[in-house]
Amino acid sequence: MTIPDDDSLPRDNGSLVFDAPWQARAFGIAVAVVEKLGLPWDAFRQRLMHEIAADPQRPYYDSWGLALESMVVDLELATPAALEAATPTERAPL
Amino acid sequence: MAPDDHPDHHHPTELAPIEARVAAIESVLVDKGILDTAAVDAIVTHLEDNLGPMNGAQVIAKAWTDPEYKAQLLDNATAAIDALGFGGPQGEHMVVVENTPEVHNMVVCTLCSCYPWPTLGLPPKWYKEPAYRARAVREPRKLLAELGTVVPDDVEIRVWDSSSEARYLVLPMRPDGTEDMSASELAKIITRDSMIGVQRL
Repeated sequence: MTIPDDDSLPRDNGSLVFDAPWQARAFGIAVAVVEKLGLPWDAFRQRLMHEIAADPQRPYYDSWGLALESMVVDLELATPAALEAATPTERAPL
Repeated sequence: MAPDDHPDHHHPTELAPIEARVAAIESVLVDKGILDTAAVDAIVTHLEDNLGPMNGAQVIAKAWTDPEYKAQLLDNATAAIDALGFGGPQGEHMVVVENTPEVHNMVVCTLCSCYPWPTLGLPPKWYKEPAYRARAVREPRKLLAELGTVVPDDVEIRVWDSSSEARYLVLPMRPDGTEDMSASELAKIITRDSMIGVQRL
C-alpha cells in the first residue's frame, strides 16, 4: 500500500467500498459485536484510531482487523489461544 | 462482489494473515453464540443496498426546495435527517455546513474514517488514505485543485474534522439554471463528492 495514486483520487461517484469479501466481513463483525453488546461505536473507533496511528501506511482494513481483534480479546469474547486454534468458518462468496 | 472463480478452486490458496485472522474471529464468535454469519452478512447487505449518497442527495434537494426544512437542517441536522428516514448507526450527531458564495466547506476525518453512513454510505477509499487525511488540513486549496475543484481565491475554505461527536455533511450551493427542477430531479445531480466538499456543483 502506498500513498494513493491518481486512480484512487475522487473522480466519480461510484467507487467500490470493499476490495475483498473479508473486508466486508471484518466490517460487519465489528458493527454486529458493538450492536450485540450495546456498546457505543467509540468502543471500536478508538481502537481503529490507535491502529491507524500506530502504522499510518498500513492498509485500512488491516488496521480495522487488528482493532477488531484487540476489541474481542479485551472484551474477553475470545482468547488469543482460541483465535490461533480456530478453523475459519466456511463462507460462501458475498 | 465477484464470486470466487479461481480455476484452482479445489486447492485452497493460503489466506493472507489478516484475512485468516478475521475469519478466525468470526468463527470463535459464532461458536460462542455471540454472532451468526447471517447477521454479519445482513449488515453488509443493508449498507450496500440501502445506505449511500442517494439518501444524502434527497436531504440536500429538500433543503434546496423547502426553506423551512433547510432551517431545520442547519439548526438540528440529526433530527431533520432522521425525519426523512435516514437515521441510525453513524447517523447521530450530524452537522450540516452550508456552502455560500463566500465559504466552501470540506470534510475530513483526520484520525480514522468517521463518516455519515445513512446519508453517504461507507467512505470511498481516498477518504481513508493518509494523504487525504493529512493534506485536507494542511493544504486544502491545493488538494482540491488537484482533484479538479478550483475554489476561487476570494472564497474561504473551511475544513471540518469529523468524529463520533460530530459528523459533517456539506450543503452545496444550488447550481444556476436549476430553478425549474423538482426535488427529485435535483437529487439526481447531487453527488457524493459534493456532499463531502471535494467537488462544487
